[in-house]
Amino acid sequence: MSTTILTLALALAQLALALAMGLAMLRMLHGPRAQDRVLALDALYLDAMLLLVTQGLRTGSPFFFEAALIIAMLGFVATVAMAKFLMRGEVIE
Amino acid sequence: MTAMAEVPLWAAIPIALFLLVGAGLTLVGSVGLLRLPRFYERIHAPTLGTSWGTAGILLASMTYFSVTGGRLAVHELLIGAFVTVTTPVTLMLLGRAAVFRDRAEGNPDVPARPPVEPGDDRPAG
Repeated sequence: MSTTILTLALALAQLALALAMGLAMLRMLHGPRAQDRVLALDALYLDAMLLLVTQGLRTGSPFFFEAALIIAMLGFVATVAMAKFLMRGEVIE
Repeated sequence: MTAMAEVPLWAAIPIALFLLVGAGLTLVGSVGLLRLPRFYERIHAPTLGTSWGTAGILLASMTYFSVTGGRLAVHELLIGAFVTVTTPVTLMLLGRAAVFRDRAEGNPDVPARPPVEPGDDRPAG
């Protein structure tokens, strides 16, 4: 019984997250300006991180947690660097 | 699949609920990111995913690994704390960069720079 509930909920959640990634990807391809693309990439990082956490739930392995943590950190650094680039034209002055 | 059968029903229902709430809110945030008309409105949409979207999925993960592991597993709090701390920083930086770019190009729908008063040593812009 609980296996059925969990499998169904995991499938639905992964479907919703994959759909969210697709929508963020559309916004990133669509633009219209550079800040929109950076914002969409930030959302894409977040969705990928959450998808990894749900995949860890599905397989029951704790290693996906570490991958998710690293993706969260990489997303922060990437978005900050690109916002800095949009503001100043350089990342490290 | 073997570990999933060990989860009792009283734990499986909240896990499924948290998962669906988190993933659904993240999806709603992405729909907003695609549908909202202006950048300054769009920048608010993905925060649905960074607040309750992340919290829901991490709560589900914490409950699942606590029940199947037989001990309290709260290491997901690390991701939650990290996302909560970094999201305002990145979005403030991105919003300031967008305002700077729009003002530099003279776009009409950006609030004007406030007048600098004497004795005010804040940087302009």
